[in-house]
Amino acid sequence: MRSASPGGRVPRTATGVASPTIVVSSLKSDAHTWNLVFLQLLIEEAGFEVVNLGPCVPTDLLVSASLELLPRAIVLSSVNGHGYHDALPAIAALRARPALAGTPVIIGGKLGVGAEDRSALAEHLLASGFDAVYDDTQETGGFRELLAAMTAPPS
Amino acid sequence: MSFGEAVRRAHRAGRLVVQPRMGMADPARMRAALVATKAANAHSAGTITLDSYTRIGDWEAARRAVHEGLDLNGYPIVTHGAETLRLMLAGVADPDFPVQVRHGSAQPSRIVETMCRGGLYATEGGPVSYCLPYGRTRLDAALPDWMRACRTLAASQESGARPHLETFGGCLMGQLCPPGLLVAISVLEALFFRSMGLRSLSVSYAQQTSPEQDREAIGALRRLCGELLPDVDWHVVVYAYMGVYPRTASGARELLAAATRLAVDTGSERLIVKTVAEAYRIPTIAENVDALEMAASVAEDHTARGGPMPVGVRPDQDSEVYGEASALIDAVLNLGPHPGRALVAAVKRGLLDIPYCLHPDNAGRARSYIGADGRLRWSDVGAMPLPRPVGVGRAALTAAGLVAALSHVQRAFDAPVLQGARSSRPTIEQASQGAGGGGGAGSSSSG
Repeated sequence: MRSASPGGRVPRTATGVASPTIVVSSLKSDAHTWNLVFLQLLIEEAGFEVVNLGPCVPTDLLVSASLELLPRAIVLSSVNGHGYHDALPAIAALRARPALAGTPVIIGGKLGVGAEDRSALAEHLLASGFDAVYDDTQETGGFRELLAAMTAPPS
Repeated sequence: MSFGEAVRRAHRAGRLVVQPRMGMADPARMRAALVATKAANAHSAGTITLDSYTRIGDWEAARRAVHEGLDLNGYPIVTHGAETLRLMLAGVADPDFPVQVRHGSAQPSRIVETMCRGGLYATEGGPVSYCLPYGRTRLDAALPDWMRACRTLAASQESGARPHLETFGGCLMGQLCPPGLLVAISVLEALFFRSMGLRSLSVSYAQQTSPEQDREAIGALRRLCGELLPDVDWHVVVYAYMGVYPRTASGARELLAAATRLAVDTGSERLIVKTVAEAYRIPTIAENVDALEMAASVAEDHTARGGPMPVGVRPDQDSEVYGEASALIDAVLNLGPHPGRALVAAVKRGLLDIPYCLHPDNAGRARSYIGADGRLRWSDVGAMPLPRPVGVGRAALTAAGLVAALSHVQRAFDAPVLQGARSSRPTIEQASQGAGGGGGAGSSSSG
């Protein structure tokens, strides 16, 4: 397992061929880490390199790191209850960059403080530009299938 | 009002001080939470947990949330301001009901200024423990701001206040950090606070995976504080398990009861509780009051039962945890006369290396695991001045292996109820529930 700082070189495999990279990141106000460590391991097991930006990632840093890495996908995770509020400016900033307009962006976790209508939150996030939204009560099967689909070479 | 003196008085009277984690966005609701904590059938202390926007200094997001009436995961103390804080606490906080601000901030000076202006002088954290696990703020930026915050607190002594500061170092990452490192950072942060002129401190330790190892750890913590903080009024605060919490109500209660017995057995003065709702969401006021009352009742029974101090706790006994912690502390203090600067330098050199911490200043070479006996152990000590682990291969950690380790305690305490009925497939929730959440702020699993 490794974490990389943004600005570092794109990770390469032992053969020197760049593996497809996925950016894992928290949102700006979420300080939790274990969800990010778990996702990194899960994604690495699916055959990707992971650049893990860690907890409390400001939107500017998420965008600059993503522009530099041009990852196969961006996986956001938030469990502090502010995820929904923090995800909207993040996705708007990512989608505002033409280079990232088509990058799959996935979000999961505990996205609200508990009182909200979960399916309405998910629908609004999808409508705002996310490609997939995972509720924290779901098992990881769906996410694994999505990763498997993304290991195919880009068209 | 002095937080440290209130805890000491309770301890002399044979009472364990119990304290929740609670923060509400609205001052009236925050006051109601404090009133309920005070009214609980327990010797309680009050908590004001701050929200995540305040923790990271995003004043604009906090202001907008308050303005639009959005729900926050804690009390935005700076946004509401000192005068609102004073009014909210009037008639609630008193010498027998001390209140502490829990903020989770790597740069807390503005929070500390606000609370001091509002007449509140007790808080917690640390330049390493509130920086490394929770974000990307560099230690070189966190330390000067922590020094400012400490100076503000220390200056309040001139006007007669008795400020109190608690280290969060004993709770790093919530789980999977071997106790030698937890104890070392808790003591080192206390030495930093002392060097900034503070004389009333508490040192934290969070319940881990082995009761025996936990007792050794608190014994080591007490012994090291006795050796290194002779001119400080200090006490120990035990945190009920901060990792992935049992889902069953009886499992959650038993885990809290075990934490309470740990606190009593080790002569600890204060306990931070967890509730039956911990695995699911931010607990309600009533759930917190239940947890306080249950812990108080367990503490009373266990104290009445008495008995000799368990092995490993007595301060004259060596233990594995004491050996590790004192080796780490010695290595850090040898780096220079200023404990704060020495702490930062030690992290950068990897002399302190927090397993699984993603922070850019953390060396990130150390790894830990849960042994067959339940004790937390090192599989790789990185550059830390600790004995190399023997007979442990550093096999690649898998996502499933991580979830198994993170949910070790949850499974142990839920098993008697569920009898193996639960799914063995990992869920994102299990991993995400693990602590890390900013010492205080907000989410159900946070410090």
